[in-house]
Amino acid sequence: MPEQETSVAVENLVKRFGDFVAVDRINLDIRKGEVFGFLGPNGAGKSTTIRMLCGLLKPTSGRARVAGYDVAREPEAVRQNIGYMSQKFSLYNDLKVIENIRLFAGLYSVTPGKLKERIEWALAMANLKGRENLITGTLPGGWKQRLALGCAVLHKPPIIFLDEPTSGVDPISRRQFWDLIHQMAEEGVTVFVTTHYMEEAEYCNRLALIFRGKIVALGTPSELKRDAMKGELLLIECEPLGSAVEALQSAPDVMDAAVFGNALHLVVPDADAAVPRMEKYLANHGIVVSRIEKIRPSLEDVFVSLTTARDAGEERTA
Amino acid sequence: MSFTRLLAVARKEVIQILRDSRSLAIVVIMPVTLMLLFGYGVNLDLKGLPVYVYDRDGSQQSQDLLKRFQASEYFHVVRVVNDYPAITRALDDGHAKMGIVIPWDFSSQLGQGGPVQVQALVDGTDDNTANVLIGYAQAVVQGYSTEIQLNWLRGRGQSIQPALVSVETRTWYNEDLESSAFIVPGVLALVMSVIGAFLTSLTIAREWERGSMEQLISTPVSAMEIMLGKLAPYFVLGMFDVIVCAVIAIYWFQVPFRGSYITLLVSSALFLMVVLSLGFFISVLAKNQFAACQIALLVTFLPAFLLSGFLFSIEQMPVALRWITSVVPARYYVSLLKKIFLKGTPTAMLYADLIPLTVFALVLALLATRSFHKRLE
Repeated sequence: MPEQETSVAVENLVKRFGDFVAVDRINLDIRKGEVFGFLGPNGAGKSTTIRMLCGLLKPTSGRARVAGYDVAREPEAVRQNIGYMSQKFSLYNDLKVIENIRLFAGLYSVTPGKLKERIEWALAMANLKGRENLITGTLPGGWKQRLALGCAVLHKPPIIFLDEPTSGVDPISRRQFWDLIHQMAEEGVTVFVTTHYMEEAEYCNRLALIFRGKIVALGTPSELKRDAMKGELLLIECEPLGSAVEALQSAPDVMDAAVFGNALHLVVPDADAAVPRMEKYLANHGIVVSRIEKIRPSLEDVFVSLTTARDAGEERTA
Repeated sequence: MSFTRLLAVARKEVIQILRDSRSLAIVVIMPVTLMLLFGYGVNLDLKGLPVYVYDRDGSQQSQDLLKRFQASEYFHVVRVVNDYPAITRALDDGHAKMGIVIPWDFSSQLGQGGPVQVQALVDGTDDNTANVLIGYAQAVVQGYSTEIQLNWLRGRGQSIQPALVSVETRTWYNEDLESSAFIVPGVLALVMSVIGAFLTSLTIAREWERGSMEQLISTPVSAMEIMLGKLAPYFVLGMFDVIVCAVIAIYWFQVPFRGSYITLLVSSALFLMVVLSLGFFISVLAKNQFAACQIALLVTFLPAFLLSGFLFSIEQMPVALRWITSVVPARYYVSLLKKIFLKGTPTAMLYADLIPLTVFALVLALLATRSFHKRLE
């Protein structure tokens, strides 16, 4: 089946900058037409990974194949088959919309016969028809990002890499941008996208959580929410919050306690059994509980739980 | 090499230059400004130097001598004073470069057949000016002295040749010894350094700084296509400025042009290759605008200014410096410019300069291409 075709294959990929290990033996297998999310905090190694996959950084060790080509040995063949939107860049601000499109069409060697059709397509996609002569720098952020995406895929690459494409873009534009991503995925394009927005992660077919250069979890958003967490989640609304967190962190059977908005999220081995015990425990500490119930974890819970587990582990080994 | 991709990069670069008023100003205004600045401002000719005179004798003879000073175009007798301190003050505050004091017994000593001494007080802060002043002053006094001797001999009915041996000088190449003719052609080397190294290193470093270089190198465009596409517009601008500067030199400053226009263009193209490659190389290493333009000025503009023979003659430099100038490409270009403009040396005799310049151009171009990789490290 074509859906099972591998677009990106990563084996034990490592990138070191001096003593600092930015990417630590990661493994990935991304299928054709998949929207693959790479989720993690700033500095986790997202951009470094994406740059290695685009042939912009040489891996220290390990292997990565993109569209069947080795990124270290055949970077030019890789570049023929990808579109890339870097994190920092959104087109040349002093060029007009049409001039940016023509530039990238030239760089990707779009043939004169297809040029007109591709320009029309990019303008339609970015919703910039009739605005060809605006200076790119004057466009609002969301429009610019869409135009940048249009420019990066003028040559219809089978794989696109997007490095935090929606950072600094308003929520509505972000939503529209994701509609574009899904549209392209439906046409069979593989999309590799990094983000640190949790709600965006939900739009991905599959996710890898990366933390300090290591992949700490991999799966569909629902798999991650179901399996990746060790333990179950309790939501507690109580007064006062501060002393409740303090008390709960040393309570028996509590794996983790963290403040989420105006409530507490508590990780315990067995939620149903923990409810009566926690009520009693908090009452003993003079804390008034207004609500306590088992909830389904969000991706953020999964992420917090996985990263704190790792922190604790590293502190123990240190 | 794909011409489509090269053209795409070059076209983008041209649009950006045309839309950026600062780089346009550098391309258009800078050459004209530098030409005027050096054509008028730097005058190595010492003419009309201010002189104070204290004539303690006040005789016919002393006035004759002073008239000779006044007649010389090198001196301008600003004031005749009546005491010694007035001369000291004038030298102190810079109103005079030289003070001439004629002793009270000047005419009487001369009447007795001499010898008599005239004092010249010279401001030695600028050694070059001082030396020239002393030379001129000696020449004036020498001339006067010879004339008196001749008159004295004639009065005794003897006639002799004024001098048995004399030098008859004829100045070639710069007949009027105008320093603008000497300086103005060399300004081209400065202009090329700014356009070629300063401007290009800025624009390329800017791409690294803004992250657009990362986007560029993620596309199939090759390193060579990026380099040529980015540098080609600056090459054209550089050649345009060569013509602008040559026109100003020839028609405004009346610098003689005796060589071949083609040799001028070929030499300029070679030197442009040198500075463009250097500018590109620097920006690849520095990757930020501030560092790139500082280094570019340090390795191209300054040597072109100080070590190229543009203002300061290489033959008169200490041996160590003279050796250093042999690796300053601008030295060969300035030498070519002076020969093409002033001497009209046939191209076949310019190889001593053309060959090193070509070698520099090729080596640096190779270095620039080798330095640039489509990687972020």
